[in-house]
Amino acid sequence: MAECHPVGFQWVMEAKARGATIIHVDPRFTRTSALADLHVPLRVGSDIAFLGGLINYVLSNGLEFREYVTAYTNAGTILREDAADTEDLDGLFSGYDADEHGYDTDTWQYEGTVAAPAGGQRDRPSKRSSKTAAKSETHGSGGPSMRGTPEVDETLQHPRCVFQVLKRHFARYTPEMVAEVCGVPPEQFTKVAEAITRNSGRERTTAFAYAVGWTHHTVGVQYIRTAAILQALLGNIGRPGGGILALRGHASIQGSTDIPTLFNILPGYIPMPHAHEHLDLASFIEADAGTKGYWGNMDAYTVSLLKAWWGDAATEANDWCFDYLPRLTGDHGTYNTVMRQLDQGGGGYFVVGENPAVGSANGGMQRRGLANLDWLVVRDLVMTETATFWLDGPEIATGELRTDDIGTEVFVFPAAAHTEKDGSFTNTQRMLQWHHQAVEPPGDARSELWFYYHLGRIIRDKLAAAGADGGSSADDLDRPVLDLTWDYPTEGPLAEPSAQAVLAEINGFGPDGSPLSAYTQLKADGSTRCGCWIYCGVYADGVNHADRRKPGQDQSWVAPEWGWAWPANRRILYNRASADPEGRPWSERKAYVWWDESQGRWTGHDVPDFAVDKRPDYQAPPDAIGPDAIAGNEPFIMQSDGKAWLWAPAGLVDGPLPAHYEPEESPLRNPLYGQQSNPARETYDRPGNRYHPSDSEPGAEVYPHVLTTYRLTEHHTAGGMSRTLPYLSELQPEPFCEVSPELAATAGLEHGGWATITTSRTAVEARVLVTERLQPLVVAGRTIHQVGLPYHWGTNGLTTGDSANDLIAISLDPNVHIQETKVATCAITAGRRPRGPALLDHVARYRVRAGIDGGDQ
Amino acid sequence: MGFFTDTSVCIGCKACEVACKEWNHVPEDGLSLTGMSYDNSVGLGASTWRHVAFIEQPVAPPGPLATPTGAAQPGPGGAEAMSFRWLMESDVCKHCTEAGCLDVCPTGALFRTEFNSVVVQNDICNGCGYCVPACPFGVIGRREEPDHDAAVGLAQKCTLCYDRLRDDLEPACAKACPTESIQFGELAQLRSRARDRVATLQQAGVAGARLYGADPHDGVGGTGAMFLLLDEPEVYGLPPDPQVPTRRLGRLWRQAGLAAGTMAAAAAVAFLGGGRS
Repeated sequence: MAECHPVGFQWVMEAKARGATIIHVDPRFTRTSALADLHVPLRVGSDIAFLGGLINYVLSNGLEFREYVTAYTNAGTILREDAADTEDLDGLFSGYDADEHGYDTDTWQYEGTVAAPAGGQRDRPSKRSSKTAAKSETHGSGGPSMRGTPEVDETLQHPRCVFQVLKRHFARYTPEMVAEVCGVPPEQFTKVAEAITRNSGRERTTAFAYAVGWTHHTVGVQYIRTAAILQALLGNIGRPGGGILALRGHASIQGSTDIPTLFNILPGYIPMPHAHEHLDLASFIEADAGTKGYWGNMDAYTVSLLKAWWGDAATEANDWCFDYLPRLTGDHGTYNTVMRQLDQGGGGYFVVGENPAVGSANGGMQRRGLANLDWLVVRDLVMTETATFWLDGPEIATGELRTDDIGTEVFVFPAAAHTEKDGSFTNTQRMLQWHHQAVEPPGDARSELWFYYHLGRIIRDKLAAAGADGGSSADDLDRPVLDLTWDYPTEGPLAEPSAQAVLAEINGFGPDGSPLSAYTQLKADGSTRCGCWIYCGVYADGVNHADRRKPGQDQSWVAPEWGWAWPANRRILYNRASADPEGRPWSERKAYVWWDESQGRWTGHDVPDFAVDKRPDYQAPPDAIGPDAIAGNEPFIMQSDGKAWLWAPAGLVDGPLPAHYEPEESPLRNPLYGQQSNPARETYDRPGNRYHPSDSEPGAEVYPHVLTTYRLTEHHTAGGMSRTLPYLSELQPEPFCEVSPELAATAGLEHGGWATITTSRTAVEARVLVTERLQPLVVAGRTIHQVGLPYHWGTNGLTTGDSANDLIAISLDPNVHIQETKVATCAITAGRRPRGPALLDHVARYRVRAGIDGGDQ
Repeated sequence: MGFFTDTSVCIGCKACEVACKEWNHVPEDGLSLTGMSYDNSVGLGASTWRHVAFIEQPVAPPGPLATPTGAAQPGPGGAEAMSFRWLMESDVCKHCTEAGCLDVCPTGALFRTEFNSVVVQNDICNGCGYCVPACPFGVIGRREEPDHDAAVGLAQKCTLCYDRLRDDLEPACAKACPTESIQFGELAQLRSRARDRVATLQQAGVAGARLYGADPHDGVGGTGAMFLLLDEPEVYGLPPDPQVPTRRLGRLWRQAGLAAGTMAAAAAVAFLGGGRS
């Protein structure tokens, strides 16, 4: 966190000064470890085993926060008789289809409920389509809908209740197993387990913070699930000082999922409709909206969104223009798009504020994909490697690509920086903070808002003109573009659209045209407009609440008047859980929101995340739906059963519980199960992306070491924002690899010298830092060496060098299609890498030795 | 006015180095990997006015984690220390009370400001370089590149952001520091805060915690930049007992004068004696 989020780390330091214990679990000793009370090095890719060990420690010692667990989680819920766990199937769950490499998730449901299958379709989609169409993400933040009331055993004794299944599932995650899988000695593991459990319960809470070290794995979503189970068992969700905090990789990455840049969700985590299945709004709403909880009102959110986009053109008669929305026909994620570029070629590609030629897994495939396009638009602050791949990319140097042969027409548009435009950042706390333009952007640089507004305006003008001439726009196909509300006021010499007007549209307007103040005002009758339901209220009363900057010392410790946090300016989600089922704080020390009987309402330090006048003893009538179906003691109001899910009956494609699987490339056999890797992971075993043999498979010894990639404080991700700046470049001026003294001795590496790191994809060179910050780990009786490699470099800028991500194969988490960039296997040798075509020969020789060449070039 | 740099909370982010260069237009100082841990700016000089040192160090193995009591936890190097530690320290000009650089400057380019800081005036400096060996900390240097830079050939160092102070702003490095490792303020206040912090750390078992540059009676008459260190000053590349070379100047001159007088007397005696013989 100190390495990649130094500004946020100030709060960790403040917590430490106030007595918090800081534990850092990371394969490397980093700047975070330097300030932590305890650093626990573990093998890259083994975190589920570590966290699973903590869960087992909690369950086998009876250290869970029992009242919280019984009341607020699905621990007592009874599972179906035909549900089978990894304990029964040696690492698989029930429903696995070996041909499809995916699960039918029906058996994961609760007993006695008719829950929609993953994707929430009335016509149950096949497992295959559920995976390829990315249905796992189509439930929005609340998970899929569920109908019926599940059977619950509040004693948690029923052999098929979630709690008992959980106990059995994690029983094998013993401290000894943690040592074997992670390389963490039992005494060190126990130290962590004791610290966390001692610091959880009524009086105390523990928080977990993570970043892409947890997510960039073929089983990344389940890493977070493991932490979620642990935190739910310890009662650390919805309470001050608790939670699982996702540290984002850039400013406003949270914002870019709320108002998404993702292919499969609409603003506010409303799913993107699927072709053929969602023929009209009614079928879309019915299939995807939960019947209990706040997703029960998805019709109001969706209709208000359609009204915001298509205004008066959206009427009840035309289904609020629901047909204007694009439809999913499969996985349109970035890596599948690259495969289509490689296999089919043609088409255009917008790359905006991103540098996939350096930042994405398997840079070589990324660049070869770019070379296959008709045209490419790059919008960035600087000339990135993605914009110049055709001129000086590594494939030009090896002769794989020739500039003269590349037909891609590249358009580079310089972008305005945040100081050169108005706008908002949404941080990991879901808090929007407004920033004001300080200076005009230089030269041709323009904001994203300017670019898309004027691009849309020009396209609309052209379509309208064509329509007037009786051309193609007589066609209904153009109506979605022509009917858009595209009337943002512009200002200044550059005709910059008003960012505040966009924020007002996102906030939404009521029937009388005045700004809405809460998403509870949204209606499905077309009388309200709202560009993103969870942001409703940010512009209440016509005031930009994101622009509030009242100093901390002038307000309460929750600081509700600094910026604005969605939803409804709540700073902690599910904060009803900070009070006991009767509505009393679990302890005075951790009091946050509570039921005030005299006022007949919820009150406290934060905005209660609960219907403010719903009594703790409220019981929903059997026919209640939506928010009314949530009982007064069910804090998890977005969930379709009001509970925190220890067992996930739906919503995931790779298992209702997390299980440790080895990475795609691993030096080890999975010590926990017969199943080696996540069986549902997405792989592309093809030329240019060959996977290394693992464990004792023939050829595994060719790539004997573990490789991990990461960032340095001094640089920014793929380097576009730092390698061009002298003051940052001089602080980390060259690519380097970090190795332990033991590995250096074994491989003949010299401190300050050069090393070549080779995988089946390519070889890169880097200077060598021999350091005790990396330690060999003894895992399953073997010594495992880990090679650390920052990934910031490329061919452009003041400091140049090979890109670490060129080494990494594309293999993906099946839930979110994120790549496994944090772990691979590799070979490391002393000296610089071969140049030109000799580099290809070098890499091919390794592939042949490993038996994975397959005639690849 | 001056700095208190508390290295026990430094996270080595180098924001101070960058903020200093941005504000003061200090040029880039070389693009080569040193291999000295994560330190690629090597040390203070004409084009590096803030410098973060990184020291990788094996230490005694850790004990059990303390019970959370609400009391301050030890920083790195304490009873809960790792078996390995990584010290980070942001160094800067000490703005000495008895400043060697200022004492030897023949042109008056170096002067003491109303904030008690020591600042070079570029338009007066003639680049003689006398100040460079006069600094006991090796802080000041003559800028050698880049060619187009107006200050090439001139002595350069931290100004304590003289221009910012005159506008009631704190120095850029202190402003940028995310963990308040660099604190700016009135020296007496900083000294008392530094002493409290050391006591807290020592109480928490960080035996190595100590202050550096906080003694007004040291060899430079006290400094305008004090540090809380977790090990011996030498570990961080700081002189353990800095002495301003000009402090003995008077005595040197007196002794030189005495020597000259004695020699003159001896010569006279010899002459007179010779006359006699």
